[in-house]
Amino acid sequence: MTAAQSDSVPKIRVRNLHKSFGDKHVLKGLDLDVGAGESVVVIGGSGTGKSVLLKCILGLLVPEEGSIEVDGEEVVGMSGQDLERIRRKFGMLFQNAALFDSLSVWENVAFGLTQGEGMARAEAKEIALAKLAAVGLGPEVGQLWPAELSGGMRKRVGLARAIATEPEIIFFDEPTTGLDPIMGDVINDLIVACVHELGATALSITHDMASARKIANHIAMLFDGKIIWAGPVSEIDSCDNPYVDQFIHGRAEGPIQMEVRAL
Amino acid sequence: MPILQPLGRALLIFLAATGRLTLFAANAVSHCLRPPLYPRLIGRQMIEIGYYSLPVVGLTAIFTGMVLALQSYTGFARFSAESAIPNVVIVSITRELGPVLAGLMVAGRVGAAMAAEIGTMRVTEQIDALDTLATNPFKYLIAPRLIAGLTMLPLLVLVADVIGVFGGYVVSIYKLGFNPATYMKNTLDFMEAQDVISGLVKASVFGFLITLMGCYHGYRSRGGAQGVGAATTNAVVSASILILCSNYFITELFFAK
Repeated sequence: MTAAQSDSVPKIRVRNLHKSFGDKHVLKGLDLDVGAGESVVVIGGSGTGKSVLLKCILGLLVPEEGSIEVDGEEVVGMSGQDLERIRRKFGMLFQNAALFDSLSVWENVAFGLTQGEGMARAEAKEIALAKLAAVGLGPEVGQLWPAELSGGMRKRVGLARAIATEPEIIFFDEPTTGLDPIMGDVINDLIVACVHELGATALSITHDMASARKIANHIAMLFDGKIIWAGPVSEIDSCDNPYVDQFIHGRAEGPIQMEVRAL
Repeated sequence: MPILQPLGRALLIFLAATGRLTLFAANAVSHCLRPPLYPRLIGRQMIEIGYYSLPVVGLTAIFTGMVLALQSYTGFARFSAESAIPNVVIVSITRELGPVLAGLMVAGRVGAAMAAEIGTMRVTEQIDALDTLATNPFKYLIAPRLIAGLTMLPLLVLVADVIGVFGGYVVSIYKLGFNPATYMKNTLDFMEAQDVISGLVKASVFGFLITLMGCYHGYRSRGGAQGVGAATTNAVVSASILILCSNYFITELFFAK
């Protein structure tokens, strides 16, 4: 539970979330609050269920148990038009950007406007080019195809697409993974700027501590299907949680044991 | 019960898969019937399925018609029944060979491409991205393909019928020495509306099955390149088998006395 809630109703409130795949129990009663306007980063090792958490909140995966409230509305079990209405509040930057190969870059950015909101193409194109400019890409990039872009450019186009509909809540799935440190920092700066400008609530997942420190107000650590520590980013170095300590210093020895067999 | 256990398990797996497919199909069809539809996307799929399949379907049809005339001749000459060739060609092509061979060729061409495209969209999270952009993937990806398959296959089969009969005509006239006027007259005399219509109904069903299998296996694919490869194979194999099975039952529906 992230502390310091200014509002009584958090933007996103997750309680006792359980999700399994086959006999693999990934989330085991996860609790998380994200206050309005906050930027919360969930850290944790690979395969601990960070992406599963985001997909459960978006309704892409259905949890077995637990409750997820967005603006006080229960979204677990929602479907059809209600779910689409909730999803309009969200923007998401996917790990590999997940750009649509069959559409040009500007059509990708404008997708939420033209398809989701039914805006005219000419008007949507103007907004798309403005959003591309906001992430530092010129109008000529708008005419390219996703396959022609480098990894950093794809991420930036993905970010432009996530903010194009000016959502209230933005999710970032490993925003810096697969980028060089400088491009990673550029993306971090863009995320901070975009979230600040929109006044949006942000929930990110990452295992990159430099990125987490830069974009977070609050950090929550996911381990073994639960949030085992949560607090303001300033407290993460002084907390005496051995799991967090091991993770942020990236040590192989500690309470978190990787399952590797000797050669 | 060590013998019954695997049997039961296989049955349960089969029933679960059938149920999943039925739910998927029902969901997909319901999205084909409810607006909004996407005319641009339907048009694009129609061109992809209809227009770009013309060469492969045309080639299949012409050689099928040609070999049909040739084989019938070598068979029928034994009891001096060569004059039945136009009859055999028109009935075989319109009833069976046109729809089934066109269906199988399109299953290989279109079903595989669909499963690969949608499967890649699945494993690269593009389908999740559609959902988060408040666009239903069934409406945006699957409904246009089903509608295009359902409508374009009959048109393709109509073309295949004409080309197939033409193939038989060419061999009969230029190789077997038939009289063109008599051959044409016999062909037209033996052509029956019910034969053609049953072929077109089959084509529509095949078009639905091909696109449904392509979308279903693509949509459910998991696990990267290997998963997409498996989805592609499954789409083509299951579509081909369903075409051959449903072909029998539609024939029985139309012609069983």
